Amino acid sequence: MSVSQIIFYIVAAFILGMGILSVTTRKIFRSAIWLLFSLIGIAGLYFMLDVEFIAAVQIVVYVGGIVVLIIFSIFLTQQSGKEMPKAPMTRSIFAALAVVFGFALTYLLIYQYGFVTIDQPFDSTVARIGHSMLKTDQGGFSLPFEVVSILLLAAMIGCIVIALKVKPEEK
Amino acid sequence: MNEIPLSHILFVSTGLFFIGMYGLFTRRNMITMLMAIELMLNSVNINFVAFNKYLYPEKLDGIFFTIFIITIAAAEAAVAIAIVIHLYRNHKSIDVEDAAEMKW
Repeated sequence: MSVSQIIFYIVAAFILGMGILSVTTRKIFRSAIWLLFSLIGIAGLYFMLDVEFIAAVQIVVYVGGIVVLIIFSIFLTQQSGKEMPKAPMTRSIFAALAVVFGFALTYLLIYQYGFVTIDQPFDSTVARIGHSMLKTDQGGFSLPFEVVSILLLAAMIGCIVIALKVKPEEK
Repeated sequence: MNEIPLSHILFVSTGLFFIGMYGLFTRRNMITMLMAIELMLNSVNINFVAFNKYLYPEKLDGIFFTIFIITIAAAEAAVAIAIVIHLYRNHKSIDVEDAAEMKW
């Protein structure tokens, strides 16, 4: 077993452990912090898979954007020191059963399916990604790029409209 | 080159997806449910990158799908948090059981 394999298993255990803590802890602020660590672990996994650009985007967007947004909204809406009410026993038992059987079935299918992997260097430099993102002919992604920019604009306007304060006399 | 078998990476992503599903089933607070959804989206991203690297290393489609999923997840989180904060202003609670009416 080489060093990179050992590092991979440590990172994998870190991601899964932080994910489990994030969905089971009863303090909402700690839940957000465990989620943050899990996302950082996923960025480390991307580094190990040789996709440095995706790892950087993961850190910038998820860790720097979404988790900070979630923490802000926790501070705006919750008493973060208070514990959340416990889920009813039947609900958590049935959820755990569904999750365990779903995981067993899915992983059995994955394990038995023989993936034919190609051992070939994977070139994912930023220059190559950028060229094919703005290419307009075969294999280019300029149309989804434009569609996503329209989507971001629509989401921005939608957020402003939703979060506008309604004046008391209009209610 | 590829020292880690593909099925071990898929184990991580499957585990993360079902952890997110457990959180979605048991939690009743909107912000924690949103966090569970983020975990599930991340597991999908790991899948796309791993398939791209191991099965089609000459293409970049999986990476582009990952980039677009991250973008859409950011937009989705922003809209969801705007909805949560608006709901908190009106109902004084962000529990999904308390948000029984859509008309406001």
